[in-house]
Amino acid sequence: MKFVSDVKPDVTTDIVYMMCPMHLMKLEEQMKELAPGQILEIMTDYDGALEDIPDWCAKTGNEFLGIDETPDFFKFYIKKGSR
Amino acid sequence: MKKCYFDHVATNPLHPDVLDAMMPYFREEFGNPLSVYEYGMKAKNAVETAREQVAGLVNAKPAEIIFTANGAEANNFALRGIALARQNEGKHILVSRMEHHSILNSARFLEKSGFTVTYLPVDRQGYVDPDTVKKMITKETTLISVIHASSEVGTIEPLKEIVKVAKEHNISVHTDAVATTGNIPVDVLDLGVDLLSMAAHQFYGPKGAGALYVKQGTRIVPLIYGGIQESGRRAGTENVPAIVGMGKAALLAKDELGSRMEYLRPMRDRLIDTMAGVERVYLTGDRNNRLPGHASFCVEYIEGEAMLLLLAAKGIFSASGSACSSKALKSSPVLLSMGIPTGLAQGSIVFSLGMGNTTEDMDYLVSEFPAVIKRLREISPFSQGWGDNQEGGTCTVKK
Repeated sequence: MKFVSDVKPDVTTDIVYMMCPMHLMKLEEQMKELAPGQILEIMTDYDGALEDIPDWCAKTGNEFLGIDETPDFFKFYIKKGSR
Repeated sequence: MKKCYFDHVATNPLHPDVLDAMMPYFREEFGNPLSVYEYGMKAKNAVETAREQVAGLVNAKPAEIIFTANGAEANNFALRGIALARQNEGKHILVSRMEHHSILNSARFLEKSGFTVTYLPVDRQGYVDPDTVKKMITKETTLISVIHASSEVGTIEPLKEIVKVAKEHNISVHTDAVATTGNIPVDVLDLGVDLLSMAAHQFYGPKGAGALYVKQGTRIVPLIYGGIQESGRRAGTENVPAIVGMGKAALLAKDELGSRMEYLRPMRDRLIDTMAGVERVYLTGDRNNRLPGHASFCVEYIEGEAMLLLLAAKGIFSASGSACSSKALKSSPVLLSMGIPTGLAQGSIVFSLGMGNTTEDMDYLVSEFPAVIKRLREISPFSQGWGDNQEGGTCTVKK
């Protein structure tokens, strides 16, 4: 897992306590709104996202930048790809 | 025999237009909103339309409305969901003594789970004092829950002032607005609350649909785990017909709110004024700042159950305490918390009027109710007094 800090996101989505698979649905929904190169931050407490979000990025041509862990939830950073 | 229903805080009859709106979703439009084909999409659209309609009734955004099965579920969800979501910031919550069992019992559950709950006292009219709230806040407090108006005494609480105090300390505020939503103006932005519970059957909608308003940006732990319904915050296949009915009922309530209140108030006032003329009958709750169709009394020397039964024999249907307290034959904790003595609290009776009630119904009630009191006092063993020096003079209307 890649750990990052001080990433400056363009958009933030808080889905803490929202059930699986909301992390993938919100991710897809939010990425449609972004321009290539922009960064999305997703806050979630769902640990299944640790596998799902990097996998989703690999499949969809978006760049998974890494996570920032807080005591209560994870922050995922995804940069929108060009395709 | 004439039949007059005066128990609208227990439930309302369904508005005919609401039933018409619901019917297709029992029959041809039976799809699951999560299905991706036509049936599912139609059901999904119906749920989302209802969400807009319910949001419109309380001045919320559609995404801030989470459908539940009823008001009790919304209350459980709010109290447990926020207490758990914020437990790392503190484990203290404030709950008023006017609350419904769905709040009080959720608070007890939280106490057993390691939270500290402080129960806010109320005055003799049932008001929670914002200054008392201020004094009871600690560094650990994360949530305050105060009912908008109790269905037992009808007093409308000073929520805006309580919210003001809470916001100075970054505390979430929930209100149980089951008795008020659709019956008086309820505006989440004006009140400033973070969470608000409502139930469709309290404003001529169906049973089986309720909702919790959750202010945008509020984190809440789900009560029911499963699928992605309600944005992953309340799992379970939606009760589409009931939700559609709730939406339609919300639309009607918004349009007709003013006229409904104007219709009910004079009938309520007539009942209160009539009963003020009956010996040792005390109004409970505030005389004016109360639900428009709500009149509640404590009648000295008589048990509420006896009144209910005699009135029911005359085709007059009312309640004693809350709907569940009536069955449990318990003194109402709400009335006791207002300082009403146990004996007098046993003589509690609540008349809650609705749009189906007529002037003729009120004529019948104001003539029969005093007669029932007179008849029961003739046979009451307490008619010469309680024998334990209990006084009934703690209520708001004294003879």
